[in-house]
Amino acid sequence: MDIKDRIHQQVTGHRVALYMKGTPRFPQCGFSATAVQILKHCGVTDFFSANVLEDADLRQGVKEYANWPTIPQLYINGEFVGGCDIMKEMYHSGELKKLLEAAVPAG
Amino acid sequence: MNVADAMRERLASLAPLAVDIIDDSARHAGHAGARSGGGHYHLRIVSERFAGRAPLARHRLVHEALGEMMHHEIHALSIQALTPEEA
Repeated sequence: MDIKDRIHQQVTGHRVALYMKGTPRFPQCGFSATAVQILKHCGVTDFFSANVLEDADLRQGVKEYANWPTIPQLYINGEFVGGCDIMKEMYHSGELKKLLEAAVPAG
Repeated sequence: MNVADAMRERLASLAPLAVDIIDDSARHAGHAGARSGGGHYHLRIVSERFAGRAPLARHRLVHEALGEMMHHEIHALSIQALTPEEA
């Protein structure tokens, strides 16, 4: 499968998808660690994540998929939301929590 | 020309009222992602162009202005993009 198709399947097949460096338990970059923490603060602990450091095709592919040059990248219901700074801004404004609550049914 | 000056030159296309660049590279030296050699920067930019645009669109404008630098000299960039009213 083409890398773009694979990414498309991942982001549309999961309500919340995070492309990051490392894993949620062991992030390998401060920005990725922050992204995971923000999701946790929003009450999202069960989300799809992919470690781009383990897959060079994915690392490049996801940058082209979103037309976004950096990692981490957050997707909600298949839609690209942003990187670490935008997650931070949207977390502080309360917008991210609303978006996540709408995407992930409680319980 | 150092990277910060090169960034300023490219960001001039956004007609910024203020551009502050902090080079954070030293803080990240040695971590897994820093091996590629690109630097870590924090950018605070104030421009009228950001008015009426959501954070995602503002960041895209900055990425576009920086162009190829995003793939080479810049490994990681933290962006604060403000309108004059917000600054």
